[in-house]
Amino acid sequence: MPTVSMTVNGQAVSGEVEDRTLLVEFIRENLNLTGTHVGCDTSQCGACVVHVNGDSMKSCTMLAMQANGAEVTTIEGLAQGGEMHPMQQAFHDNHGLQCGFCTPGMLMSAIDLVAKNPDPDETTIREQLEGNICRCTGYHNIVKAVQQAAKTMGG
Amino acid sequence: MYNFNFQSASSLDDAAAKLAAAEDGTVIAGGQTLLPVLKQRLANPSDVVDLSGIADLKGIKAGADSVTIGAMVTHAEVAGSSDVPAALRAVAEGIGDPQVRNRGTLGGSVANNDPAADYPAALLGLGATITTNQRDIAADDFFTGLFETALNDGEIIKSVTFPNATKAAYAKFPNPASRYAMVGVFVAQAADGVRVAVTGATECAHRGPKLEAALSGNWSADALDGISIPPEHLNSDIHASAEYRAHLVVVMAKRAVAAAG
Repeated sequence: MPTVSMTVNGQAVSGEVEDRTLLVEFIRENLNLTGTHVGCDTSQCGACVVHVNGDSMKSCTMLAMQANGAEVTTIEGLAQGGEMHPMQQAFHDNHGLQCGFCTPGMLMSAIDLVAKNPDPDETTIREQLEGNICRCTGYHNIVKAVQQAAKTMGG
Repeated sequence: MYNFNFQSASSLDDAAAKLAAAEDGTVIAGGQTLLPVLKQRLANPSDVVDLSGIADLKGIKAGADSVTIGAMVTHAEVAGSSDVPAALRAVAEGIGDPQVRNRGTLGGSVANNDPAADYPAALLGLGATITTNQRDIAADDFFTGLFETALNDGEIIKSVTFPNATKAAYAKFPNPASRYAMVGVFVAQAADGVRVAVTGATECAHRGPKLEAALSGNWSADALDGISIPPEHLNSDIHASAEYRAHLVVVMAKRAVAAAG
């Protein structure tokens, strides 16, 4: 079996995988970082979104071997020194979740969204979250959370 | 997913050699279609050769009268490049969702030739040229059928060159769930005439001669009034009947012409 090496949340990690192992399987099963979820496994729902070299990607639609040598950030890498990331704080403040299953992917996509659109309007937020499905909230409070976080992250 | 041998290619020649040596090999670009296909066990390649390490397949080069885009350039890179004409940027920006656009590539989309993919319409509409590790292929000769292209076994797309157009735009009616085009129409007016390409309506993207003829004499949405597309041989599925798609072809063509100005 091949060995894959990458940096996850700032730490160098490596492990033996099958050639067909998905990035999300490596993250959840080899690294035990189970905050990254598998909702649909068909690239639709976005629960598995992580950052690979700074861009948000669906880790269920990427082989672990394709991330060999990459810098990966998962939901576990957001909080620093016990302080929530501004996007996590904004989801908390605005009740941007109900069951929470989609939340890790929603946060990872939303952070990439704000990084690329520092002052997004509501339409931009809704369009840019197209790849993340939430079956509880109706998205309203998620959009409000992203708007709040964009202000915090920008300032 | 069946297991396979994953191999990284360091150059186009290396990728071609690894493919030739494999019992039944395939290349992987962004993998946004290939991986879902493999997960469903619709394919069982012996080897998957990764193209992401090949520097020759990256980068966007603007020329005097064209732009050349590497096969491994992602949809997000095309959408965000000031070297790419607006109509082509808009095509890339409308594909899938942001995460798919961060990984999916031009070469992968073109080689896959999904009947509802957006890029094939842009290639046909702009009269692009596909450069492979073996030859140059005109877009008009490239898209040959349902998921079928003119690529030979072992032939790998290196880049696509898009000639500049005087006016161009793409309009699509996206499926609300998948964002694939139920029908998409790319229109372009260039020095050598008007080109119209339709995707989503048949087994693969194709030119629209009736629409081209009407627009050649009068570049306006009104010129398409009264044109009807016969629904025979158009795609029909749970999302739209052939008759509905036939109607959408003209509506999308009008919207594209209006957007092109």
